Amino acid sequence: MKRKNVKRPFSKTRLKNQILNVVKNPFNMIVAVSMVILFCLIVIPLLQMIASTFTAAKGEIKRIGGNVGDFTLYYWKYLLVGKLAGATLWGPLKNSLVVGVFTVLVSVPLGSVLGWLVVRSDLPGKKLIGMLVVIPYMIPSWCKALSWLAVFRNKTSGSLGFLAGMGIPIPDWLAYGPVAIVLCMSLHYYAFSYIHVSSALRSINSELEEMGEICGANKVQILKSITLPLVLPSILSAVVMTLSKAIGTYGVAANLGSRIGYFTLATKMKTFINGGPQGVGFAMSLVLISLAALIIFSNQKLIGVRKSYATIGGKGGRSNEMHLGKAKAPLMAFLVLFLFFAMVAPMFVLVMETFQVTTGNGYALSNLTLYNWIGAVDEAERYISYPGIFRNPEFGKAVWNTIRLTFIGSIITALCGQFLGYISTRGRGKWYGSTTEQLVFIPYLMSGVAFSSMYVAMFSQPRLGGLIPSLYGTFTLIVLTSVVKHFPFASRSGTANMMQIAVELEEAADINGANFWQRMGKIVLPLAKNGFISGFMLTFISIAKELDLIIIMMDKHTQTMSYLAFTYSQEGLNQMADAISVCVLLFILVCYIIANRFGADIGKAW
Amino acid sequence: MSRIELKHIDKFYGDNHVLRDINLVIEDGDFMTLLGPSGCGKTTTLRVVSGLEKPQNGVMTIDGVEMINADLAYYAEPSKRGLNLVFQSYALWPHMTVRENIAFGLKIQKLPKAEIEKRLHDSLRMMRIEEYIDRYPNELSGGQQQRVAIARAVASNPKLLLLDEPLSNLDARLRIDMRSELQRIHRELGTTIIYVTHDQVEALTMSTKIALFKKGELSQVASPMELYMNPIDLEAADFIGNPRINFLEGTAVLQNQELHVRSELGEHVFSADDMTDEPIPEGEFPCVVAIRPEQVQIFEEDGPGRLPVTVYANQPAGSETLVSLQAGKSDFLSKQIGLAHYEINQKVFVQIPPEKINIYDAKSTRLIKRAR
Repeated sequence: MKRKNVKRPFSKTRLKNQILNVVKNPFNMIVAVSMVILFCLIVIPLLQMIASTFTAAKGEIKRIGGNVGDFTLYYWKYLLVGKLAGATLWGPLKNSLVVGVFTVLVSVPLGSVLGWLVVRSDLPGKKLIGMLVVIPYMIPSWCKALSWLAVFRNKTSGSLGFLAGMGIPIPDWLAYGPVAIVLCMSLHYYAFSYIHVSSALRSINSELEEMGEICGANKVQILKSITLPLVLPSILSAVVMTLSKAIGTYGVAANLGSRIGYFTLATKMKTFINGGPQGVGFAMSLVLISLAALIIFSNQKLIGVRKSYATIGGKGGRSNEMHLGKAKAPLMAFLVLFLFFAMVAPMFVLVMETFQVTTGNGYALSNLTLYNWIGAVDEAERYISYPGIFRNPEFGKAVWNTIRLTFIGSIITALCGQFLGYISTRGRGKWYGSTTEQLVFIPYLMSGVAFSSMYVAMFSQPRLGGLIPSLYGTFTLIVLTSVVKHFPFASRSGTANMMQIAVELEEAADINGANFWQRMGKIVLPLAKNGFISGFMLTFISIAKELDLIIIMMDKHTQTMSYLAFTYSQEGLNQMADAISVCVLLFILVCYIIANRFGADIGKAW
Repeated sequence: MSRIELKHIDKFYGDNHVLRDINLVIEDGDFMTLLGPSGCGKTTTLRVVSGLEKPQNGVMTIDGVEMINADLAYYAEPSKRGLNLVFQSYALWPHMTVRENIAFGLKIQKLPKAEIEKRLHDSLRMMRIEEYIDRYPNELSGGQQQRVAIARAVASNPKLLLLDEPLSNLDARLRIDMRSELQRIHRELGTTIIYVTHDQVEALTMSTKIALFKKGELSQVASPMELYMNPIDLEAADFIGNPRINFLEGTAVLQNQELHVRSELGEHVFSADDMTDEPIPEGEFPCVVAIRPEQVQIFEEDGPGRLPVTVYANQPAGSETLVSLQAGKSDFLSKQIGLAHYEINQKVFVQIPPEKINIYDAKSTRLIKRAR
């Protein structure tokens, strides 16, 4: 039945009561404030960036003519149809897509098979394997790029890597460029598929498979026609995540591609944003954003209806193991090999390289030194202008910045996440709940470099008539960027956390006379505590790993360990870069272990 | 102790009209049950009374004090209405002990310590759970949690106690225990109670009055016996009672202020005194004859007013026996107390007291002749 619109005569009391109803409820105020903040931090910067691709800037004024601030299509023309469009856009776009597609082709099957083996097979030592398999994901992808270089580096970039040092000729196509990038990213992003598929498999009741067996299907038929279709939605969403992440990743592509002039959209974009014309860089970042949005929304269209059965039988379904039989030995060997190549070998080479005088020169005692860790400048065996990292004040500063950034950033992020989660769960089905969810999702569409370039554009000059000063080059801007970029993840964990707190618990307090703040303080917060801590730790790890996001804004004063390692690597100081990555790795692993103690599930991190 | 009056309450969720012009008076001291299948608006009504939902139209008063006036957009806060609510899920705060759960609301009211202690122990004693005072909710069984939830609600001395399907999460035996417990509480406290359930047995056994809901509307408000004996329409008759009421097709005609009904049960004439105010169609019209199974008595021999029938099936269940019978083309059920045995296809005779028969207009489905 349609709702009939009752016309009521205007009454002052009614108006007064209506206003009081809204104002007296602090929840409404919180929703209003969050809306304004989300609008300022997400929508306005996006619009600002879009506007700046149509506005003439000072640097290009000579070429464009007219005045600064005039409307112009110069940047888009430059990007899309200019003489250099092939090298600026289409080449890198093609490279990005090639890298993305091949990363998906390698990482998704890899991760899915691993997930199936760990959840469903009778492989010995599954628990240990399950733990080890996620560790490569803990290692920042740019660290992987560095260890790749440590193994495969050749003459092209000066010093030799492990293999070249042993006299094995390493061609450029293997050491640098698309192959290296695809393999490195695959060894990182397989974790998405692993996490998705394994949790989907866990939620499927194995009775479904047993029914297939009773009907006379063999193992391969069961896998093909029952298990696979059931986990297909999760595999597809892993494909989407991997694709959109791989296209936007900067660190790996820059470390492995730039040396031989292999550019992807993300790396090319940064050249423009740092070297100008910035408008072109912003336009490229919009291309990246629309690409990611296109991929994600087409996926939602594709699996929207089917998604529903991904959790069917999720109620404590018994899970029977599938006997691998003769395949056990080869699969075990495959796993051990995988873990060796993905984790042990590169880590070993990376750690050892930090002790080498000349990389790729073997591990003879004469080639080993502690210089990279604790050496003073005058002890250097060859010309290096930096002391070992523990004597280098820059490193100390970077450590401090990293800790400062991760702590402040993740506390704020986790707090905001809980609040946003509260708003979207309590506002489920209401306009403000879905608006919050959608606004918070926007940063997820943007790769790190695109997102930070947007923030640079927004905050590099005073805004709101000087109310917000220019934040360019400040630590505040880096924190702000990290916080907002991690909103999607934090609010998702906040939502999951708040979903566990039934609305009735609050309503019961309401009836007993508790006001909003008493309900928050005495009911919601105490119950949300555990979820908050695990959400905090996961954000913490994620910010500590981050390079792509903050690389555009870093300078000598604000640099973090990740950035310092990246600069050293670009300067050819490979051993020192490696030493710093080892420190970052240790930092992250320690945090991961602590997070696990608090029951944080790394499967929720993306 | 309070009298609640709901006037023209309308509630929409979006375009979904979930409460349609609800008018209901709950007298002081009543045990009022809101009864109906799921999704009929009974819980929404309870939440409107509690203040957790705001209706778009209507007025509600408690003891003459306006609590809701949708025209003025005035809604008193839940805590200002002098009521308390027991949720279906109990909603015990898992991070607080039984003591803290019950004392929470009292502390918020800033009652003196001694008073809090007294009320805490009174309510625990009343619910017979004093020994669990320092336990956490997850250390209690479902039935004990239920008692804590009620103790928490009564500790605030509410004038009005609201219960939302409180027994639906308990097993069958506990449910029967809690039914008598709730009746005892109602007597001891003298509080007005509004009780939501979809279980007709709960409604019939505990309430002083029942409000029957149908698709967001109130279809009948009556005492349990009246509701059982004279359901207002076919749907209500079908809903109330287990085993279900027997319906037989028939025809009726109004002659000289008397209702003449013909059916497989024979011919009946009912006097005007037993008729309801429903309009009677002109001439002969189709009707439905309704009779409760326990009113159908079976005899082996013929006698005055008895009707010959055939046994179709026989279901002895210890304390009662259900016998399916056939009269002409119509089937109906008889409920006999104790064990009884009849052969299938056996010829028997039934006696049905005419004053216990309900007659419904088949077209409007409304009750036109009452049972006495």
